[in-house]
Amino acid sequence: MSNTDSSHHDDQIGHIVPIKFLIFICCILLFLTAVTVWVSRYDFTEINIAEMGIILALAVATVKATIVGLYFMHLRWDRAFVGFIFVGSILFVVLFIGIALTDTMEYQPSIIKGDTPKVSDAMDLLKH
Amino acid sequence: MTTLTTQNPNDNYLNHTKGIKSWLFTLDHKRIGVMYLVCVLLAFLLGGIFAMMIRFQLLTPEGTFMTQDQYNQAFTVHGAVMVFLVIIPAVPAALGNFVLPIMLGAKDVAFPKLNLFSWYLWIFGLVFFLIALGAGGIDTGWTFYTPYSIDKASSMGGVIPALIGAFVLGFSSIFTGMNFIVTIHRLRPKGMTWFRMPLFLWATYATAIIQVLATPVIGITLLLLIVERSVGIGIFDPAMGGDPVLYQHFFWFYSHPAVYIMILPAMGVVSELISVHSHRHIFGYKFIAYSSISIAMFGFLVWGHHMFTSGQSALMNIIFSLITFSVSIPSAVKVFNWLATLYKGSISLNTPMLYGLSFIFIFSIGGLTGLHLATLATDIHLHDSYFVVAHFHYVMMGSALIGFLGGIHHWWPKMTGKMYHENWGRVSAILVFIGFNITFFSQFMMGSKGMPRRYATYVEMPEFQIYHIWSTAGSVILAVGFVICAIYLLHSVFAGKKAPANPWGGRSLEWQCPSPPPWDNFPEQPEVGDCYDYSVLEWNEEEQGYDWRKDAVHPGDEQKA
Ligand code: HEM
Ligand SMILES: [Cu+2]
Repeated sequence: MSNTDSSHHDDQIGHIVPIKFLIFICCILLFLTAVTVWVSRYDFTEINIAEMGIILALAVATVKATIVGLYFMHLRWDRAFVGFIFVGSILFVVLFIGIALTDTMEYQPSIIKGDTPKVSDAMDLLKH
Repeated sequence: MTTLTTQNPNDNYLNHTKGIKSWLFTLDHKRIGVMYLVCVLLAFLLGGIFAMMIRFQLLTPEGTFMTQDQYNQAFTVHGAVMVFLVIIPAVPAALGNFVLPIMLGAKDVAFPKLNLFSWYLWIFGLVFFLIALGAGGIDTGWTFYTPYSIDKASSMGGVIPALIGAFVLGFSSIFTGMNFIVTIHRLRPKGMTWFRMPLFLWATYATAIIQVLATPVIGITLLLLIVERSVGIGIFDPAMGGDPVLYQHFFWFYSHPAVYIMILPAMGVVSELISVHSHRHIFGYKFIAYSSISIAMFGFLVWGHHMFTSGQSALMNIIFSLITFSVSIPSAVKVFNWLATLYKGSISLNTPMLYGLSFIFIFSIGGLTGLHLATLATDIHLHDSYFVVAHFHYVMMGSALIGFLGGIHHWWPKMTGKMYHENWGRVSAILVFIGFNITFFSQFMMGSKGMPRRYATYVEMPEFQIYHIWSTAGSVILAVGFVICAIYLLHSVFAGKKAPANPWGGRSLEWQCPSPPPWDNFPEQPEVGDCYDYSVLEWNEEEQGYDWRKDAVHPGDEQKA
């Protein structure tokens, strides 16, 4: 992002992280990947929570994303404002997906089935 | 770029380096702004030709010269060109690029290369649109609604190139927005605090936030649509378990904020026009500044008002209707503050001011008719009628584009170093105002009586013909106004009087550098003060422009807001 003579602020070089530390973080991430794979082998129907596999996988993924953000993307050492922007944009995505999906669920009952044979066949298939 | 300071008083950004290459590879924000301006105006001509074709087709109930398919293509190309190639880049990319760094007191934007790249992306977008025309045309409407746009059997072959074009143009817009955000955060010189920034900068800043946050969503949506159409992944196609209404959610999540990408910067221009040309301190500076930000925020929460009749759930309809009403509050805050600025000002009724006043009048009608559409019960009747067409032309053309024209006239002396012919400017501004209102007010009338939009003929409804005749007549007046404008502006470039540094009496920094500005904007750091305090300026007969007063400011001599 070199620019011309226009910059008034000196571009200060950001925080430098020792490579060993980055490798350490990378190992943690790989370990968590292994955890995800390991979790996927279990069948949670026995304890009556069939979705447990997905919940655990997503929880691990969230932890990983947080670590990537904090250390690889330097958010831990950056100004709090940058972190605020990061979290803000995630909330923003949640808002969008949340509203769109809420609406999709809400209008399901009002869909008139059987309007076109192709569509109703497809919907029957989806319901097994 | 070298760090030559301008010793030669005749040296400016236009003649500093020469040759076509010095333009095509320039990193200078002023030149990039001018290149955007030329291209956007050419695209406006293209879109305008299609507009006139639509108007002449509808002169008679049977249609005059187009088939149904040709008509579908005409309104699609008109809409897509005007939205993606003209209004979205008009104020930020063309005027903003030129003015923003100078107003801020910076020498360029933060990322000059990215800036040039975004101009090239605009060109690529145009090329893809032209390919779409060659590859069988496109007839989906500018909104590319599913299921029509994914149905290869009935829609035309140009859909995918057009989608790619809109995708590329989206990136062009994101890069401009990113550049402006970083520029405003990082390149403000000493003394330029947030609340000393001219309101145009607040408006472009708010716009840039929307560009960066919303445009990626349309990018992904268009990509999904391309994949859906070409290989059928089943996200929008109900036959494969997809959901066409979901497409509308995705589309409007971008496109409603996008209408604020169009209007906010134009509102910023109008804040400058109204204050400078009534020579009066802007009223309610902080309110106008914050209202830009709150429009940007609220604008993200109302997209569902385009989907009231799409099958959207009752719950969402009610929520979206409510929030839509609240967006009109910050818009009204602006209008009232402009009116209060005009009150007791010494108003010069010159061309930029005429455009500014047109904006206030037309935007009030456009915004208020939005409320009829935001009301659930009335929208059932008005949706997809000419009432909607009239509404969005009042806000997109009558407001956003008029604001753009006002900005062009306001900064023309700065950009070209030449004055245009003032009286022809006024004639053209008045013709545009009258022509516009005749063209589109008649559309409110026929829309509320039930004339649907996007129909090539109206054989069963001949009672609407009279409104169409009025509308077409108005569009001819409008076209004449634009042609006159093009002629005197071009004429001024070659034969206009030399412009003084400050022809109107503006206080923001761009009026402190010569017209046209030197290559590096400011030979020395300019002094930043209250950019709406005009009491320190006086008319200089010799220069035909405004100058700093020699004597100190006499308190009580001029009323301060
Ligand atoms: C200020 C308050 C505004 C309100 C309350 C409002 C409300 C609405 C509503 C409810 C609709 C949907 C009508 C329908 O399809 O049945 C609509 C359509 C539209 N509005 Fe607005 N609007 C406002 C301002 C604006 C502005 C500033 C712009 C653009 C600069 C704009 C551009 C549009 C466009 C382009 C459409 C129609 C898109 C299409 O279907 O092709 N509106 N407006
Ligand atoms: Cu909207």
